[in-house]
Amino acid sequence: MSMPFYVAPEQQMKDKADYARKGIARGRSAVVLQYEGGILMVADNMSRTLHKISELYDRIGFAAVGRYPEFENLRLMGVRFADVRGYQYDRRDVSGRQLANIYAQTLGTVFSESLKPWEVEIVVAEVGDTAADDEIYRITFDGSIVDEQGFVAVGGSSDHVGTVLKDRFAADAPLSAALNTATHALARENGEERELEASNLEVAVLERSREHRKFRRIHGRRLTSLIEEGQAAARTSSGGGDTTEDEANE
Amino acid sequence: MFAGFEGGRLPAAFMSAGTSSFTEFLTSVHPEMLPGHRLPESGAAGHLTPDATTIVALTYPGGVLLAGDRRATQGNVIANRDMEKVFRTDEFSAVAIAGSAGFGIEMARLYQVELEHYEKMEGRSLTLEGKANKLAQMVRGNLGLAMQGFVMIPLFVGFDENTAQGRVFSYDAVGGRYEEHRYHSIGSGSVYARGSIKKLYTDDLDETTAIKVALESLYDAADDDSATGGPDLHRKIFPLIDVITEDGHRRIPAEDVARLATEVVEGRATDPDGPTASLS
Repeated sequence: MSMPFYVAPEQQMKDKADYARKGIARGRSAVVLQYEGGILMVADNMSRTLHKISELYDRIGFAAVGRYPEFENLRLMGVRFADVRGYQYDRRDVSGRQLANIYAQTLGTVFSESLKPWEVEIVVAEVGDTAADDEIYRITFDGSIVDEQGFVAVGGSSDHVGTVLKDRFAADAPLSAALNTATHALARENGEERELEASNLEVAVLERSREHRKFRRIHGRRLTSLIEEGQAAARTSSGGGDTTEDEANE
Repeated sequence: MFAGFEGGRLPAAFMSAGTSSFTEFLTSVHPEMLPGHRLPESGAAGHLTPDATTIVALTYPGGVLLAGDRRATQGNVIANRDMEKVFRTDEFSAVAIAGSAGFGIEMARLYQVELEHYEKMEGRSLTLEGKANKLAQMVRGNLGLAMQGFVMIPLFVGFDENTAQGRVFSYDAVGGRYEEHRYHSIGSGSVYARGSIKKLYTDDLDETTAIKVALESLYDAADDDSATGGPDLHRKIFPLIDVITEDGHRRIPAEDVARLATEVVEGRATDPDGPTASLS
């Protein structure tokens, strides 16, 4: 009776993975996608100070979902790593790939070595000189790393959100249209249909044409007008189903 | 892939709640990367790095300007003709250095990272006073270097978003911080440059006139100080000029500076001592 339980490694890993997935599924999703001027990052976030989207370095942005203290830790680590690296060598020597690797290794180690895996899923996006040079990496709780093309959704129902994104995604869409695509996808999380207002959204862009640091947050009046512009454009351009859906939302 | 990257993880310091200061973090993780680390105990070594020379700063309604000549000297030799000693530090501030170039430029680079690092870690930037004080601490940290002959002095300017005006801060080698009003100059030619600005400065300068005043003063410094370089029309080397307004930091494009600097040089062809102040 007092024998220690033997748990097969497969079972152990599966339990940890289930635990992490459940934790992540409790929170809202985030999406990262290309638009004509760079990369757009959108998260469903009520808080205006506890960010899910942040700047890591000149061209590199960070988006995360899951437990805040855990991904905040990862964010701080990334900023420190990038700043040390950029100071040691040159600003151009900091790349999204390095950061994604560091995150993958850290999450992988935590997943295999500690009892409780981290309930986070993160995206590292780097805007390049041209759209073809953009890089978007998705890193999951177990340290898997995926090089995503064009767009990615992370979070509890990322599959669902990702499917909606895929239908509407266009790499050369203007910012307002891309934002409309992103909010449209986020609003259909968990199969539900909600209305996302500017106050629920955390939005930032990595703007290709910007000098020095490309990361810029979009909030307040500019965000509201972009949302309205996107909705108006979606109403006039798209036919049938989408239009009625959008109208039903208003 | 990274010094100290062991067992698939960065050292614990990277993940600790710790500090938002890059310099403090670097001190704990990579002290060898800090400027002036592990210097010989004794002996003057000031001759090892060239000296950067004249910097001027002046405020005008709605902004502040920072300009520097391009010369670096080592004794009586011109070590560098096109040195950059004016640096954008963030969206609303800039710093320029005079004195030991090797350490000064490194400190400016570290300071740049310091401000940006804080902003990213905390999600908001430091106040202008906070930035000025941080720089004072960094200068003080280099006191050991100064004692060995590596004296470097920064001049810090920024646009204060709270009061909507440009401000200038000067420093001494022990980290004393002094707010300057209207204008200031540092470096070997600063005596001449300051005298020149004093006679040309008014409280209602616009941006272009402010640039002209800066160029005239740098010309005067170069005229009387052998370590300061004047506009070099043949090699197309002109002073660097940064302005900071409520729209943020902007470096004046080289062609604009070239045009204005050429005007100044041509003016001196007919009037070698430059514009005179009226006494009436």
